[in-house]
Amino acid sequence: MNTAILNPFILSLITFVPAGGALLLTLFPRRDRDIRLFALSVSLLTFILSLHLPLHFANSAPGFQFELDQPWIGTPNIHFHLGIDGVSMWLVVLTTFLTPLCVLMSWKSVHDRVKEFFILLLVMETALLGVFVSLDLFLFYFFWEAGLIPMALIIGIYGHERRVYAAVKFFLYTMIASVFMLAAILWLYAKTGSFDFVVIQQALSSGAIPLGSAGQWLFLGFFIAFAVKVPLFPLHTWLPDAHVEAPTAGSVMLAGVLLKMGTYGMLRFNLGLFPELSHRNAPWVIALAIIGIIYGALVAMVQPNLKKLVAYSSVSHLGFVVLGIFSFTTVGLVGATFVMLAHGVSTGALFTLCGMLYDRRHTYEITEYGGIATPMPVYSTFFLVITLASIGLPLLNGFVGEFLVLTGAFKARALYGILAATGVIWSACYMLWMYQRVFYGAIHNPVNRTLPDLDARERVTLWPLALAALVMGVFPALWTRAIDPSVQAILGNASQYSSQVVEHR
Amino acid sequence: MNIAIPGADYIRILPELVLTACGILVMLLDPLLGPDRDRSPIGLLALAGALLATAASLLAAGYPGPAFSGMIRIDTFSVFFHVLIGIIAIVVILASFEYMRVQQIRAGEYYGLILLATVGMMLMSSAVELVLIFIALEISSIATYILAGFRRRVAISAESSLKYFLLGSFATAFFLYGVALMFGATGSTSVYVIANTLRSGPSTLAYAGMAMMFVGLGFKVASAPFHIWTPDVYEGAPAPVVALMSTGPKAAAFAVLLRVLFGSSAPGWFWLIWASAALSMTIGNLGALVQTNVKRMLAYSSIAHAGYLLVAFAAARDIGISAAIFYSAAYAAMNVGAFVVVSHFANLGERYVTIDDYSGLGRRAPALAAMLTVFLLSLIGIPITGGFLAKFYIFQAAMQSHLVGLTIIGVINSAIASYYYLRVIVVMYMREPKGDVPCTPMAPALIVSLVACLLATIYLGIFPNRVLQLALQSAQELVK
Repeated sequence: MNTAILNPFILSLITFVPAGGALLLTLFPRRDRDIRLFALSVSLLTFILSLHLPLHFANSAPGFQFELDQPWIGTPNIHFHLGIDGVSMWLVVLTTFLTPLCVLMSWKSVHDRVKEFFILLLVMETALLGVFVSLDLFLFYFFWEAGLIPMALIIGIYGHERRVYAAVKFFLYTMIASVFMLAAILWLYAKTGSFDFVVIQQALSSGAIPLGSAGQWLFLGFFIAFAVKVPLFPLHTWLPDAHVEAPTAGSVMLAGVLLKMGTYGMLRFNLGLFPELSHRNAPWVIALAIIGIIYGALVAMVQPNLKKLVAYSSVSHLGFVVLGIFSFTTVGLVGATFVMLAHGVSTGALFTLCGMLYDRRHTYEITEYGGIATPMPVYSTFFLVITLASIGLPLLNGFVGEFLVLTGAFKARALYGILAATGVIWSACYMLWMYQRVFYGAIHNPVNRTLPDLDARERVTLWPLALAALVMGVFPALWTRAIDPSVQAILGNASQYSSQVVEHR
Repeated sequence: MNIAIPGADYIRILPELVLTACGILVMLLDPLLGPDRDRSPIGLLALAGALLATAASLLAAGYPGPAFSGMIRIDTFSVFFHVLIGIIAIVVILASFEYMRVQQIRAGEYYGLILLATVGMMLMSSAVELVLIFIALEISSIATYILAGFRRRVAISAESSLKYFLLGSFATAFFLYGVALMFGATGSTSVYVIANTLRSGPSTLAYAGMAMMFVGLGFKVASAPFHIWTPDVYEGAPAPVVALMSTGPKAAAFAVLLRVLFGSSAPGWFWLIWASAALSMTIGNLGALVQTNVKRMLAYSSIAHAGYLLVAFAAARDIGISAAIFYSAAYAAMNVGAFVVVSHFANLGERYVTIDDYSGLGRRAPALAAMLTVFLLSLIGIPITGGFLAKFYIFQAAMQSHLVGLTIIGVINSAIASYYYLRVIVVMYMREPKGDVPCTPMAPALIVSLVACLLATIYLGIFPNRVLQLALQSAQELVK
């Protein structure tokens, strides 16, 4: 069967299948098992559909692909314009890859209001996918805001003790930051008469719309919204709370995908629309990124709480992404994109593992554990692989991205590279020290002696993650060959950055 | 003197005629029913009246043009507001059946007053002569004054009614004084003649007249600094009545403002509107932050929403007007919905109206909680709801008119606002239910009204094209 015929519709299909599933789920009777199975099938179907993208992606073409452009609202001129390049394609696949795993890991740990949980999860998937595939700024903002509610509800309803505080903090932080982006988007529309990313970009880069003194404000409007999501130091304070209080699936989606919305936004909009301003602002952005790398790692080191440790490690890893993006080198940007994907897999896996431990003992305190490699050998092995991947051991996925980012940083300025490279050392310290305290030594807590090892469902959840970490480390070219031309197009700006649809409009 | 009135003129006021006839019929039938009987037959009659009037508005759309020597004008603009107000009345009547039964209020005139209030509101949107506008304003106001005090045995309801009446008459007096000054300045009370005269350069007297009229209308739409009455009145008045008076008279008063303001296009207006918009948004949202009573919170929120609407007024002509018109529709859908939920949940004597009472509603009444969540999200302005697009259009119109400052005040305000709406959602879903708060099943009529609001809210959020087109068409007719 020639599946290329799907190309114009595939993105809409992928984006709305989860929402359609959520809609059907509202009609389901409250039989938890059926609901879980249905959610799993919907998310698996979405994943299978999304595999169409890498299979039919033309690596050599720098512009947007699988485009669809339909007028949606007449005045103001809003289009339903979807399309992806190499960067967003892999973020889409990352999202669809993690969602079925989130369903699996919530199988038992979510037992109250199951139906609502899976509805929220699927609605969130649609919103996240929508963010990555939108090429219309209105549409982008639409999905961006729409994703906020399900995530806040997942944290606030299904989380741990201080869930309400964490949910409200998360919501307000991101909501307040994103209204600045709204103001910037409206300003751009008022000047260019279009919400279309490609049209606006061409207008800005050709100099048809002089930005003047407003440029810096526009850059900041977008940047603050993204920096809170990333989160960039010092806007990161919502993240540890949200992560610690969220249920496992919530943490995985948050760390795996939601944070990437911020870095993706910087890549696409800050760099894409305001290349000169990005250059001008790069020094302080990089400074904040490097502070984030080192600060996140140091704070992670002293955390007594397993989940908080992983949360702060995210601050550190995401600092690498921002550093790579603002190094303005091809290798740095490819590295940044690769870290986004690798971090999604390995941190997603770490949160999954933490959740499995929590299911057994209902605590994340590191001192409660110790020596559990003896009762849980399989679990410990998985944990070790993912720990090493997260540290950046060669042949695992963390290494590739961070190496590329550091190369880019060195190219941009040696000092950046030297400072950021310490982050890699710190991450080895806190991760291995944590591993030692949790898994090795004598069992001083008698409860831990009888902990059951992983069951079949949990293994099925972890295998794809561990395999992905390995394959991404061994064959990074499978990913980078699509990312590379897209990144070059972003750096080279509009000259190569084209949209089939807009040119034929 | 013999003035020939063409037959088509009567069709142009057919909605008002139908409503008046039904309203009087309701008043006459009520005593015949006997004191202890259920009042729902009367309610059904009122419902039929409101439905017929809405249908008549659509019929009148086929006869555009002026009527009664230029006192009334039927165009897309007035038909739009007629239908909007008609639908609000229908939904409110539907929601009132259950409310009246639960509150044990047996009074058919309640429905009659709703119909008469609707007459006034509809007439406000089609009148183009200041004295007629004043009469329409009074018809709608007096009916709502009485409706606000309908929980006769409750002190705060009586307080609400009295407060609304005293301040309201004061405000309408301002309006009337403004009309008089305007007549003095231009020699006419016709909106169009005034507009033409002002175009050649407004006098100080005209400015004073405009300002006075703005005070009167600003009171009706609850915009700052004429908003003081709102929380007290909304708290005391019966919840379905609040659903009506927070949307219907507001839409009508905005319609009048649009006609008078944009018809005359006097530049001196701008800062007046700008200041009132910024003040309303800020005072409304900051006030709502500290409320513990849901009705008071929604009252402050309605002040803030009046502010957002005024932002559209400050913006340039046709995009501003169409944004304001769309906003009135979206706001009506979500706000009526929210108040209908409040009215159902309040129970006998409106006992359960604090935010704490909503604890765990998500568990006890999932459908009710889910619907209230949608309305609240729409009030915040979250995508997929009409509230999002409405706010988006307003800020977009403002930005396009280079009102960067006002837009920034607006978006910051909508971020602040998200906190207090969210608080209700948090309480509903993330707190344990309180044992002593009962949750009765919903009556069918109430379900119909809620679903109507829900569908309208989501329809406007996903397929805004049709309504937006009508809004734009109305706007273009208005500035022509």
